[in-house]
Amino acid sequence: MERGAKEKNHQLYKPYTNGIIAKDPTSLEEEIKEIRRSGSSKALDNTPEFELSDIFYFCRKGMETIMDDEVTKRFSAEELESWNLLSRTNYNFQYISLRLTVLWGLGVLIRYCFLLPLRIALAFTGISLLVVGTTVVGYLPNGRFKEFLSKHVHLMCYRICVRALTAIITYHDRENRPRNGGICVANHTSPIDVIILASDGYYAMVGQVHGGLMGVIQRAMVKACPHVWFERSEVKDRHLVAKRLTEHVQDKSKLPILIFPEGTCINNTSVMMFKKGSFEIGATVYPVAIKYDPQFGDAFWNSSKYGMVTYLLRMMTSWAIVCSVWYLPPMTRETDEDAVQFANRVKSAIARQGGLVDLLWDGGLKREKVKDTFKEEQQKLYSKMIVGNHEDRSRS
Amino acid sequence: MGSRSSHAAVIPDVDTIRRETGFSQASLLRLHHRFRALDRDKKGYLSRMDLQQIGALAVNPLGDCIIDSFFPSRSQRLDFSGFVRVLAHFRPVEEESPGIRDPKQPEPLNSRMNKLRFAFQLYDLDGDGLISRQEMLQVLRLMVGVQVTEEQLESIADRTVQEADEDGDGAVSFLEFTKSLEKMNIEQKMSIRILK
Repeated sequence: MERGAKEKNHQLYKPYTNGIIAKDPTSLEEEIKEIRRSGSSKALDNTPEFELSDIFYFCRKGMETIMDDEVTKRFSAEELESWNLLSRTNYNFQYISLRLTVLWGLGVLIRYCFLLPLRIALAFTGISLLVVGTTVVGYLPNGRFKEFLSKHVHLMCYRICVRALTAIITYHDRENRPRNGGICVANHTSPIDVIILASDGYYAMVGQVHGGLMGVIQRAMVKACPHVWFERSEVKDRHLVAKRLTEHVQDKSKLPILIFPEGTCINNTSVMMFKKGSFEIGATVYPVAIKYDPQFGDAFWNSSKYGMVTYLLRMMTSWAIVCSVWYLPPMTRETDEDAVQFANRVKSAIARQGGLVDLLWDGGLKREKVKDTFKEEQQKLYSKMIVGNHEDRSRS
Repeated sequence: MGSRSSHAAVIPDVDTIRRETGFSQASLLRLHHRFRALDRDKKGYLSRMDLQQIGALAVNPLGDCIIDSFFPSRSQRLDFSGFVRVLAHFRPVEEESPGIRDPKQPEPLNSRMNKLRFAFQLYDLDGDGLISRQEMLQVLRLMVGVQVTEEQLESIADRTVQEADEDGDGAVSFLEFTKSLEKMNIEQKMSIRILK
């Protein structure tokens, strides 16, 4: 199974992103002109005017988005072309044949009774080693030996955790790996991204302080080497966040920071808007593209549907997590670029490398509404069609 | 273990819906999946807010009118059958020879007449069966926002109502509406094809 997955790794995994409806990619102008042309028999000249039929365009476009829009579908797991014997990815559940059901039953048995206990044992070992190891290293005096030990303890524990999930990872272009004093940005699909990247390099983590088991792990990790953990209250204060990140980045002895600028988990078929905060700091940015192959197990974490523990259990009962990681060449902000343009440039590079759709929409749309400025764009375009530019109008 | 995916038995009254809307089983399953994806709080029905959160719909100038067409007569809840009934207007018209259809059956929701009636209702804001000059003005204002002056808009509304109005009552009735659009290929322009 591992060999088979490795062979597939060398090409890009093509996402199955067919929408559920057939759409024509024409612009507002073209479509309205076509509607008018099909409706009236008079010769179509370019005088701006209004027709009763114009409403059809907006009406249909609106209905199309209700049936299927680019953003909402990014927040649910990707559909597969062919079934991989996991009932969770079975979209149109139908009884097909006895043989398939038997195969599926066998699969369940193997996954739950054989793979799951093994993986849980490994995960347990990995996490406890991490906590114990980093605490022990924390007692050493600061110096090169401590740094050396902490790096290796971290690395070893992440590698064990990777094995616990049976993650089969192919790293490309490892010469571009992030260096000290830089910021590593990547697209975000699940919390596992962190483990995948950290098992191949040394990073300083950034995140909110959690309670419970996560909190214990966080406190232990920060004893061994400096990570950047924020209190819940501090997260709202953008200047404070920027200041702490800048301080960390300017200290060349500290490890590169790992950040996911989308701010939320997306289902790995597209890359959404990057928040500009990390791009304002002025450090070198090392983009990384992570693409999962959903054939063996979907890694997307739908946080509104599953909690963390349920999610991890689902991960450990999939066949495997297969992914590719591309390290892209480092980028810096040009003098005539602002943070938003820089963020978009990095985002396009990551989307292109990973074969993902580059979207302008904000990942925050998972929870909030969109701004009115976009609607005004549409209104402007349409007004031009019915009244033309002000200079053109000779009679009112 | 995982989530139960949508099964035909989960959709209530699936046979009635299928008969009324003419959607295939597969299309209904997809629409039901979509309905559940839009229903973020898992209430079992959709509210106006759920539809307003679709980004691409919020930027559509007629977005609110379209949402209103799903919620007739001041109800605040949209269940699946209501959802599908509205969408059924946009089902592509099948190629069938005339005369085979049983005249006693009600007209299918996606017929030319019903598609026109749906568009007419978008204009006819108070639902009295007539598009008055005022209503025309309001809809136009929605479509252009602040880009056009009041006078320009008024002259456009006047002209449009005059052109379509035949019996001179100063408003456009449904028959006048259909007459002015009789050459339009409604079947194609108001259809959305669902891929298997």
